[in-house]
Amino acid sequence: MLSRNEIMQTIQMIDQQHLDIRTITMGISLLSCADADPEVCCRKIYDKICRRAERLVPTGEAIETEFGIPIVNKRISVTPIALVTAGCETADYVPFAKALDRAARTCGVNFIGGYSALVQKGLTEADRKLMNAIPEALAETELVCASVNVGSTRAGINMDAVRTMGQVVKKTAQRTADRDGFGCAKLVVFCNAVEDNPFMAGAFHGVGEAESVINVGVSGPGVVYHALQSVKGQPFDVVAETVKKTAFRITRMGQLVAREASARLDTPFGIVDLSLAPTPAVGDSVARILEEMGLEVCGTHGTTAALALLNDAVKKGGVMASSHVGGLSGAFIPVSEDEGMIAAASSGALTLDKLEAMTCVCSVGLDMIAVPGDTTAATIAAIIADEAAIGMVNNKTTAVRIIPAPGKRVGDTVEMGGLLGSAPVMPVHRGSAEDFISRGGRIPAPLHSLKN
Amino acid sequence: MRAIVTVIGQDRVGIIADVTALLAKNQINVLDISQTVLQDYFTMIMMVDTTESELPFAELAQLLAQEGEQRALSIHIQREDIFNAMHRI
Repeated sequence: MLSRNEIMQTIQMIDQQHLDIRTITMGISLLSCADADPEVCCRKIYDKICRRAERLVPTGEAIETEFGIPIVNKRISVTPIALVTAGCETADYVPFAKALDRAARTCGVNFIGGYSALVQKGLTEADRKLMNAIPEALAETELVCASVNVGSTRAGINMDAVRTMGQVVKKTAQRTADRDGFGCAKLVVFCNAVEDNPFMAGAFHGVGEAESVINVGVSGPGVVYHALQSVKGQPFDVVAETVKKTAFRITRMGQLVAREASARLDTPFGIVDLSLAPTPAVGDSVARILEEMGLEVCGTHGTTAALALLNDAVKKGGVMASSHVGGLSGAFIPVSEDEGMIAAASSGALTLDKLEAMTCVCSVGLDMIAVPGDTTAATIAAIIADEAAIGMVNNKTTAVRIIPAPGKRVGDTVEMGGLLGSAPVMPVHRGSAEDFISRGGRIPAPLHSLKN
Repeated sequence: MRAIVTVIGQDRVGIIADVTALLAKNQINVLDISQTVLQDYFTMIMMVDTTESELPFAELAQLLAQEGEQRALSIHIQREDIFNAMHRI
């Protein structure tokens, strides 16, 4: 029999500490939708998504009510579109994004990811067309998310693609200038992208995946923060243990929801993503967890060490609670989506350089960062290259989701709304990387022995 | 199906009577009750069986929440599984 304390603990986690399931994401393979005629291809894409994900949202809502746990997002991820459309006889890739958008609306999901290309080693014609279509596709659709993988530990970094993506990010911001460059919030540039990520904007359904699959992303920075308040001043061994126990509980809940959704939708269970995903709500912040460990403000010296401990303990606690763990799994540090990060960045305590250091020890990367509107495409490409290098050398996923907000300067704020929050515009280094980026070519894959 | 009903709010006469009457009306059997009052704050946890109830779970949850609101109480019903998942290996 459950004890009263256990029941009340769960109720408090949900009611007061913002515990929720961040997302149920249905991955759908679109490989069967290939067709030489782009219109036929679009129709097949739309039909298949609607057929597979028809019951996703009502099922999510039913689980939400029965278990009394909020499920914030219901999403769809699909096969990278550049693979699906490679055989289409067309140069215009925007209609594919519109087909995805329509399907997402019909199904009632919050986002659809997979307007993607994997170009870590080189570009196919389809990859090139898709990358060039991203600015228009993101401006003309509401729910579509795009991602491009420009590097991997095995392939190195495709610097031609990095250069192109710098330009694509700039153009995307310009095309959505009326909304402070909102399009960039739906665009991620990856190194070592994972195939089963349920989180947006970087979700896509990898080619190694089944026909369709259910992936679940948990959340719960508020719960971890609350748990750490009870071990004030104690050694890090105690901190790590506390985080592990909390992560275990959160993940067990995620596993339960994933299993239930998988059974009801008659779709195989894929993975649970063990992530601490913050929201802009007070009390749901990763930055505040780091500060609870004893830092005056997130971004000061010690932040990287604190984050390393947190990230590792979340994984250790969560891994035993789920039968299959995958996705990005770790602590997220999206600036605009985290109340504590916003405060630290606004006060100048948290800089882009410190964030870069932090991405060495956590998932995922420079996420939801607003930079001045006059930041050049080369500088953005160089930021992407730096981040990709960290991922490549450390054998981990890194990503860049950066918003060069048109007309905005350091000190201004970019309002994204909802879960995307608001981002203070952060300064970038003014030294030019133009010549570095214009070289192009590939940075070779790193050595895997002689590690020091 | 077994579920947990939690009732939280300011203490007054008749809370248990109100809630159990509502459950009885919907053919929900109470298996276990634990209740305390801490500083005028009433907390009740009930284990119930909803097998005999004809009301779909979602409507039941909504009904309880509404009735709770009218009486200035927070009433939740959740399947037992979520608590077991979190606290039992």
